[in-house]
Amino acid sequence: MDTSTGIVVPAQLVYLQKMLDFVTSFTKKAGFDLKRIREIELCVEEVLVNIFNYAYPATTGDVALVFQPGPEDTLEIRIQDTGIPFNILSVNDPDINAGIDERQIGGLGIFFVRQLMDRVEYRRDHDRNILSLFVKMPPQRELSGG
Amino acid sequence: MEINKKKEKDVLIVSVSGRIDAVTAPDFEKNLMESIGAGEKTFLLAMDHLEYISSAGLRSILAIAKVLKTKEGKLVFAGLQGPVKDVFKISGFGSIFTIFDTEAEALKQL
Repeated sequence: MDTSTGIVVPAQLVYLQKMLDFVTSFTKKAGFDLKRIREIELCVEEVLVNIFNYAYPATTGDVALVFQPGPEDTLEIRIQDTGIPFNILSVNDPDINAGIDERQIGGLGIFFVRQLMDRVEYRRDHDRNILSLFVKMPPQRELSGG
Repeated sequence: MEINKKKEKDVLIVSVSGRIDAVTAPDFEKNLMESIGAGEKTFLLAMDHLEYISSAGLRSILAIAKVLKTKEGKLVFAGLQGPVKDVFKISGFGSIFTIFDTEAEALKQL
């Protein structure tokens, strides 16, 4: 993983599967176990769906997903859009102890991202929202042959 | 995602396999709401072959549970595996719903 690799699609739900397939195939090649792959997939879905639903209220736009080496033996999964400024880290955690009646619908996806990723960073850079999810690389990483 | 339903006494056993994500969750919700509309009240969601669920799927489950509650219905779960089990745990859904290890065990209690 010397260089970054990525994919750009229109920010629409129909492209979700394509993005998640890309995530699965990349993380598999990088040597993550199935449990971690599913967790990464889940977090990427949660971030993407949020962008699909809210980033471009009046226009259409793209979303980019980039994998690149992060600091301290981590993988950085960077998700970028040029929609309205939105820091998902500013969203309050849901009350996970609430019963069926009181239980609120929102906020769970972002809560998963916070719980499952090793580190999450948001920044607004000019017209871009840049969200970086950092995950520790798997312990016995091997270079793939061929 | 694939949904199969079978009736055992008064219990509608809904076996859902594959993935409940933002794309498939609306179909899942619609499917179960139709059964509620048809008068079903006791649901056992068998998730032995469910590989993946995201918050969109949990949102659908919560919507279904809320409707069922107003009709004095019941919704229980069985057979949660790996990542699905983890998502239930993290979200707190594991403690607001009744979850059985197996379908057989759930049927005994319903």
